[in-house]
Amino acid sequence: MWFLCVFYHRLLDFRKPEVEALAELFGEEIAENESLQWRLPVHHHNDTPFHFVQLSSEEIARNIAKRSILVKGMYELWGEGTCYEELKDSILSYSDSRKLQFLTSDSTFRISVETFGKGLTFDEQKDRIQSLTYIPFEGRVNLKNPDHNFFLMEMIESEENNGLQPILQRRIFFGREVGFADRKLLPTFQLKSRTYLGPTAMDAEMAFLMANQAKATSGKLVYDPFVGTGSILVSAAQFGAMTMGADIDIRVVRDGRGPDCNVWSNFKQYGLPMPVALLRMDNNLPPWRSGLKEIFDAIICDPPYGVRAGGRKSGGRKILRGTVDPYTVPDDKRTDHIPSTGAYSLVECVHDLLHLAARMLVMKGRLVFFFPVLRDETGGEVKFPEHPCFKLVAVSEQILSSRYSRFLLTMVKVEPYSEEIKEAARLMHLEFRENHLKWLEDGNIHSSVFKPIDSSQIHTDPKAFKDPKPKYRGKYV
Amino acid sequence: MRLITHNMLSCNIKGVTNGFPLRIEAGNVIEKEVDFNPDFIRHMFAKLEWKALVEGARSMGYAELPEDSPDAAVLESDESFLKKLHHALLELHLEEGALVCPKTGRKFPVNKGIPNMLLHEDEV
Repeated sequence: MWFLCVFYHRLLDFRKPEVEALAELFGEEIAENESLQWRLPVHHHNDTPFHFVQLSSEEIARNIAKRSILVKGMYELWGEGTCYEELKDSILSYSDSRKLQFLTSDSTFRISVETFGKGLTFDEQKDRIQSLTYIPFEGRVNLKNPDHNFFLMEMIESEENNGLQPILQRRIFFGREVGFADRKLLPTFQLKSRTYLGPTAMDAEMAFLMANQAKATSGKLVYDPFVGTGSILVSAAQFGAMTMGADIDIRVVRDGRGPDCNVWSNFKQYGLPMPVALLRMDNNLPPWRSGLKEIFDAIICDPPYGVRAGGRKSGGRKILRGTVDPYTVPDDKRTDHIPSTGAYSLVECVHDLLHLAARMLVMKGRLVFFFPVLRDETGGEVKFPEHPCFKLVAVSEQILSSRYSRFLLTMVKVEPYSEEIKEAARLMHLEFRENHLKWLEDGNIHSSVFKPIDSSQIHTDPKAFKDPKPKYRGKYV
Repeated sequence: MRLITHNMLSCNIKGVTNGFPLRIEAGNVIEKEVDFNPDFIRHMFAKLEWKALVEGARSMGYAELPEDSPDAAVLESDESFLKKLHHALLELHLEEGALVCPKTGRKFPVNKGIPNMLLHEDEV
């Protein structure tokens, strides 16, 4: 059945992948290399908040809307048109057998009017509702808690709608609400009221999106190898998953900022079950026992890009460069020794992450992570990390500044971990060690993001600096 | 640190091949209740090294687990066994102590429930 899916007008690239992941989670049968079927309303382009999607049942639509962060509501469309006359014709021609069961005299209903692009006065809203008298509503009106909720939605034409390119003609939709979003979720979890934060704590909305992409749910084990303050795990735990995290920085993971201000207290703040385990370890040299594999249902993380927080791995700067030999710590200092760590390039970090995921994820398990990309370099296609065990199923861009974006990648494990893969990873690990300096220089995002603007650029024609994406795209759109 | 974590960890010092299982030196063990989720326990059961779990539980003061790994059929039928497994895996916490490598004797400290598995410079 086709449903009208109305999105919040934010994070445009993230909307459809979230619905696809949730549809799979709630039991929609999707064939191997296919995805859900989507359709645009007449005269609308892809950035519109209104999309039609085909799902096999109302229950799936309801579940998706309830858990989704970007879906405002799912509706059974009763009619649409460019003006109220067309709308009336459309509604009247919609089959009575579908309509009448929701209009019975023993039911209660409410009609709400929503517009996108312009506010309407109370009188204007009332007029529009009155114009629907041709629909034989027999039940009573209940504004607080009706059995059936109807929505009259108008997308008004204008020059620019909140930054969208102008639409050619207005369109009006009338539908019965089938599912709606949980609006209490984000205000409860927003970072500004969180006890323990760090500089790169993942924003609550994005953390929930990541947890949805990973299909986190009760009975699953979710792992974050760069846990930090636990912001991503909190969202996974809210959806019922068991969580586990590791970090190389022991101060963040174990100590926090005090006994009531640490990773544990973040979970306690929301009454969520504590993580199953928190560890201090180095992803470059992980302490997993050999033979351990296929244990995590999902790995969700935000690896360090090297811009605001750099990655670290065991070794110590001078040791890794070869200027100093590995030294032995005297016995009496061993217990409190904090091992030195050295720079961990993004390339090596992502390689280790993919290798970890290839080994530790169950088959069909999901790896969800952010991958930063410099914007002005890419004239054409962006090249994302690849691995023989994984299939890339979703890519969503979030523009962070005019110089760089990050892409949320969702990969599904489709091939099992094999000896060849283990061997290839071991060789790559050695390669990174031998050529430590070279890997640090390549793909260094930090210097590109923070380099001052070349003064000669200021004098050139400003139009010459062409943004690959339209101007309105910012961090939240 | 819970036994479920202990069951995944080994000593990865350069040159050490069989650093599993790590011997538990229990300093301070506490019990914290966790909601019982039978699906999760069943899913984890397949991934466990049973002997290491039983020995680990014993070092933390819990000897109720059977010596030999039971068949999968027991998981479906016997809820009291699942509850014992749940208790051992998730409800026993090592707050302070150490994990000791069976080959080299190297101690990985556990403080405030968090094991520190980072290697020193000469062990990498």
